[in-house]
Amino acid sequence: MDKKIEFYESWCKGCGICAAFCPKGAITMDKMAGKPVFDEEKCIACGLCELRCPDYAVIIKKKDKE
Amino acid sequence: MEKNVVHKYLRKNKKFPHIWCPGCGHGVIMSSMLRAIDKQGLDRDDVAVVSGIGCSSRTPTYVDFNTIHTTHGRALAFATGLKLAKPDMTVIVVMGDGDAVGIGGNHFIHAARRNMDLKVIVYNNNIYGMTGGQASPTTPSGKKATTARYGNIERSFDICELAKATGAVYVARSTSYHVQALEKYIHRSLSKKGFTVVEAMTHCPTTYGRLNKIKEPVAGMIYQKDHFIMKAAWDKLPEEKREGKFPMGEFVDIEKTDFVSKYLRLIEANKE
Ligand SMILES: Cc1ncc(C[n+]2csc(CCOP(=O)(O)OP(=O)(O)O)c2C)c(N)n1
Ligand code: SF4
Ligand code: SF4
Ligand code: SF4
Repeated sequence: MDKKIEFYESWCKGCGICAAFCPKGAITMDKMAGKPVFDEEKCIACGLCELRCPDYAVIIKKKDKE
Repeated sequence: MEKNVVHKYLRKNKKFPHIWCPGCGHGVIMSSMLRAIDKQGLDRDDVAVVSGIGCSSRTPTYVDFNTIHTTHGRALAFATGLKLAKPDMTVIVVMGDGDAVGIGGNHFIHAARRNMDLKVIVYNNNIYGMTGGQASPTTPSGKKATTARYGNIERSFDICELAKATGAVYVARSTSYHVQALEKYIHRSLSKKGFTVVEAMTHCPTTYGRLNKIKEPVAGMIYQKDHFIMKAAWDKLPEEKREGKFPMGEFVDIEKTDFVSKYLRLIEANKE
């Protein structure tokens, strides 16, 4: 599926909610940086991380195939 | 171009990230509210967001509608005045549990009794978050607060039952984990005329969480996932299995003439 994960690092507080509840395990928390790392391959663009991020730091854009 | 629906309604001149602690559920409730408003197709000039004082009550400072950030416990009184002056405006009232049913408890029951057309969203974190963790009227029995070090010996209020008993036309409960249901219930409440209450359970890692051994934001959401049960399943649960669990879903959805409609009719009928 064609999608784009936009991550606004300066808004992210590193709470880990996006990673904990991603149904595909597409997000891991970088322990050093304290920020999420997204695996576009695994992501199914369900949008749950965007819905649950308390800081509006993730946006999942689905691009419809032409 | 806006990044998404939530960003579309954020005030551009405010500093982000917002003031709430890392992982605080309040941010999730706020975005659910914004999506529901967008879905309802309301013009931002026809929407007002009113709050009292508390962490939750910071909401109006961040959202680009008509907003009033009032005094602790009095949001519903200000909102009532606003609604009477601007009957066509959709007035959303955001309150913490302390704000809504502690200091503001009297306003809550009378706004419900009058069926004021106000859309209440209670951010219920079961504690006074902003002032450091005093027990609120919704702190569950046995749970800890800075004023209940050995566990709360009081019985707690069930906000949905209270709203139902005092006359609300729509009453629902969801959590910051169950975001889709939360958005759906807020959206439904916006389409109703009369006093509506959506109780949004929100996890507070810093205050309630730290005192009650759920201080990780993720743990707070797992708690919600495991302890809140949809009404249909809840109704079938035997009494002994309900211990420590809570029902969620839509509890009231009725029609009843609201105060402002009656008031406008009265004015019309008594015109010279
Ligand atoms: C008249 C008055 N009394 C007390 C306070 C102090 N005070 C500020 S916020 C608050 C409680 C906040 O708790 P809640 O409403 O549950 O919201 P939360 O911070 O948990 O979101 C209190 C007691 C105040 N500001 N005004
Ligand atoms: S949920 Fe949001 S704030 Fe929390 S770690 Fe993920 S992107 Fe950052
Ligand atoms: S959109 Fe869904 S699958 Fe993709 S990263 Fe977010 S939660 Fe995971
Ligand atoms: S004290 Fe609790 S409710 Fe207040 S911002 Fe922090 S986590 Fe949220």
